[in-house]
Amino acid sequence: MADFGGADLDAFRTEAREWLEANFPPSLKGRGGMMFLEGRGETGGDVGLWKKRIGEKGWGVPTWPKAYGGGGLEPAQARVLQQEMNRVGAWNPIGGMGVMMFGPTLLEYGNEAQKKAHIPPIVHGEINWCQGFSEPGAGSDLASLQTRCEDKGDHWLVNGSKIWTSGAQWADMCFCLVRTDTSKKHEGISFLLIDMKTPGVEVRPIKLIAGASPFCETFFTDVKVPKENLVGPLNGGWTIAKRLLQHERSGLSGGGGGGGGGGMFGVGGSVPDLAKTYVGVDDNGRIADSDLRTRISAHDMERRAFQLTAIRMMTEARSNQGPSTATSIMKNAGTKVGQDQAELTLEIMGAKGLGWEGEGFTSDELAAVRGWLGGKATTIFGGSYEIQNNIISKRILGLPDPINSTSN
Amino acid sequence: MAVLTEEQSMLRDSARTWTQEKSPVSAFRKMRDAGLPLGYDPAAFAEMAEMGWTGVIIPEQYGGSDFGYLSLGLILEETGRTLTASPLLSSALAAASAIILGGTDAQKSAYLPKIASGELVATLAIDEGAHHAPEKVALAAKKSGAGYTLSGAKTFVLEGMAAGLYVVSARTSGKPGDKEGITLFLVPTDAKGLTRKALKLADSRGAANASFENVEVGADAVLGEANKGWDLLEKVLDRARAGLAAEMLGAAAQAFDVTLDYLKTRVQFGQVIGAFQALQHRAAKMFTDLELARSCVEAALTAIDNNAPDTPELVSLAKAKMGDTLHLVSNEMVQMHGGIGMTDAHDAGLYLKRARAAEASYGGQSYHRDRYARLNGY
Repeated sequence: MADFGGADLDAFRTEAREWLEANFPPSLKGRGGMMFLEGRGETGGDVGLWKKRIGEKGWGVPTWPKAYGGGGLEPAQARVLQQEMNRVGAWNPIGGMGVMMFGPTLLEYGNEAQKKAHIPPIVHGEINWCQGFSEPGAGSDLASLQTRCEDKGDHWLVNGSKIWTSGAQWADMCFCLVRTDTSKKHEGISFLLIDMKTPGVEVRPIKLIAGASPFCETFFTDVKVPKENLVGPLNGGWTIAKRLLQHERSGLSGGGGGGGGGGMFGVGGSVPDLAKTYVGVDDNGRIADSDLRTRISAHDMERRAFQLTAIRMMTEARSNQGPSTATSIMKNAGTKVGQDQAELTLEIMGAKGLGWEGEGFTSDELAAVRGWLGGKATTIFGGSYEIQNNIISKRILGLPDPINSTSN
Repeated sequence: MAVLTEEQSMLRDSARTWTQEKSPVSAFRKMRDAGLPLGYDPAAFAEMAEMGWTGVIIPEQYGGSDFGYLSLGLILEETGRTLTASPLLSSALAAASAIILGGTDAQKSAYLPKIASGELVATLAIDEGAHHAPEKVALAAKKSGAGYTLSGAKTFVLEGMAAGLYVVSARTSGKPGDKEGITLFLVPTDAKGLTRKALKLADSRGAANASFENVEVGADAVLGEANKGWDLLEKVLDRARAGLAAEMLGAAAQAFDVTLDYLKTRVQFGQVIGAFQALQHRAAKMFTDLELARSCVEAALTAIDNNAPDTPELVSLAKAKMGDTLHLVSNEMVQMHGGIGMTDAHDAGLYLKRARAAEASYGGQSYHRDRYARLNGY
């Protein structure tokens, strides 16, 4: 892709290169960061040091405004920074829901005091946020949520329960959708920030099919929340939630996205190479199993198509053609590529791709199994595959609401 | 939609206006019903040439505008929308590419200005069997005197009856299947010993079988280097494939738009059928595939313009993904229209027929999936 800005950008490249040389601990080279860390993540040692340095520089969130501690970079500069980081094997230790979803949303909808209070700790990687959206009775039909929030004059009082709160057991704060008006559906929802250490907040991890517990049930019993923690207008939370979900979905398109790595679930590396190793090749160097080869090729092409679409979207967004209609398809297309990759990887590994733990399997083989299982969540959370298709049908294609169904 | 230059935007807009006004699907239907032997309307093609469309990839010194493949792709996308039949692809893109890439100055001077003006229709004569297999060339070219004698047969030659010039792949050494030993020849279709038979195809476009019985050509008929024609042929075919994919993108986009309109207007059970989720999700799937396919087609055309090293794989990706998408959309167009979609009076059948012919031309989906794997070393 073309560079923009010419000489200025070259100067920035030099600046970024020098800063990385001086500040990125070489011991961390290529270790990468995982999106869904189990636990709070490392805080000591070189990781802690790197986090502190990049946090102070604001380059963990390079395009966020300087006023709140962000990097204040232009998108073109941020791309250069990413290129330079890739070049030296550096990775961004500042991540999580605060960066991916909550921060951008608060920057758009929060008041000055809220931005001053909550954005800098995200920039520095000091605070973990979790998302209190889904409830046992409100999954795809999110707007039917029941967690009650009452105005008690000098505070809000919250009662109810949330489910699938990712990382709630390690979270400091929760951005939450609560019901402030029971007489309306979408227009009775507000967006509230809750400190997880408040008395009455209880978290129970849920064990999933992949064996880990990345999600929790979170219970709120007479939880007192300061009045200033309401974001946006009372009963105006649905609009903010929809915006936040857009950020979530663009971050979750997963599998084939961005640099074309292994995605957030499953092992990295090239599926064809894996097949050559596990299945073998014929005299012409082709993957020996011709049926498998065809399906690998089809998958490989679909992944490339997804990557090309991601590039096209960015290019169109940079030009003045307005928002790209391709955006709406990214979550379903990306998660499909990721799940297909996981399924193919398992199939390619054969019996070696059936291990759960212990000896007899490499760590990649075990990771493939866990990644395959964990990845099934990608077409369920953040708006299921079916909900995404509803959104495309209604908002892009202009088809009417199905009978007996509510809007998304 | 790719980010376009001002010139490209104007070109696309004028192509859209012309095809919608002068060459709607009803014009294609009229041509088909009249049974025009060439499979296109020569008067319409003359207008296209008049607008400079036949010279878009041809260098200025040979009468073209040298606007590149993405630009020509934009026009083909618009002609694809209305099923406009013409030799634009076979002649002004495929055959012109062969001469631009492989021709001597003399060959370029002799043919390119005529292709650019629309006066000459040229085309590729490559395949010999039921499936696209450009290396399986049996048609023999034997040295005779200063030139060659060609004997053999070609099939599925697009615009084969209209063409005045064939770009013929022939075998000068080795055996069918070898990449070495292939030579490309420029053969005027009035050459002695060359006979053509029109094929009546389901999509009503022009195509022919051609047989070569001791057709004599001079040494100056060789395009590129003798025996080393494979690399040139691949480059030419990749350009033809990308251009065809652009036409298919237009056809698929239009088939989808027409179907979507029908979902919004056809009433059953007291509601428009587009309110049924079973149909909505199929529509969403088509839209998703169309967006992915568009990215591939535009990337392939851009890669050709940039002479990018990964052009061959991007072209195979574009042709296969576009083929799958058009296949799906053309089937759904008939299915979602129900009974009316089965009638000859409705356009759905025209898109369905064109879809399969375009899928098969220059290699179908399975050909290009295999090629993509080969190009990537597995």
